Amino acid sequence: MKIEILSEKLNPYECLQVYEKTLIAQGKWGAVSTFVGTMRDYNEGDTVQSMFLEHYQGMTEKYLYTISEMAKQRWDILDTLIIHRIGEVQPGDTIVLVAAWAGHRAPAFEACRFLIEELKSRAPFWKKETLNNGVRWVENCSSKVLCN
Amino acid sequence: MLLLKIPMSITVKFFASLREQVGYNETSINVIKPLTVAEVWAQVCDNAPLPPHILMAVNMEYVTQDKSVQENDEVAFFPPVTGG
Repeated sequence: MKIEILSEKLNPYECLQVYEKTLIAQGKWGAVSTFVGTMRDYNEGDTVQSMFLEHYQGMTEKYLYTISEMAKQRWDILDTLIIHRIGEVQPGDTIVLVAAWAGHRAPAFEACRFLIEELKSRAPFWKKETLNNGVRWVENCSSKVLCN
Repeated sequence: MLLLKIPMSITVKFFASLREQVGYNETSINVIKPLTVAEVWAQVCDNAPLPPHILMAVNMEYVTQDKSVQENDEVAFFPPVTGG
């Protein structure tokens, strides 16, 4: 199980390969389910130039560890990996990588889906977008605040 | 015998848009009796009402506003999360 918060550019496919080589269960998995979240150049009808990702250091890692443990208890999986970007990101950059290894596809799919859904709804990260005419925090409850 | 009440120190943190509204990311308060999270908010934010949808944590665990805060606890307030 690995949790990583990264402030540099993330190549999810390279990270997957590197982490997979360290797994002790070599030869035991029949399925790897992965989710890669990427930054779009638009949101809510506006062009987005870049984005800044903030997190609550300590609590974020703790929360991601907790949901990884929950996934391990709930499904028959061998391992999980979560890597999330912080800092300045550009359109096309990877924001998050989630992966789950299992003997069969059903638990791999379900655990991967669970991890990304829990991360998106409860892990303390926040996005601030730079638009053509100012900056704004991305809001989760459909209200937007333009700061400039 | 004179009993002196020693103030308890509590750290309070704000994140994202809430930090910008409050104007700082961290402060610490001294109190002489245990407070709830809602009372900590009221004390730090001049009795302003708790914003709707605000999330709260004590020692990096999600809590509700009636959670009691102890000495040396870290209390955090932040808007709904938007990661992933």
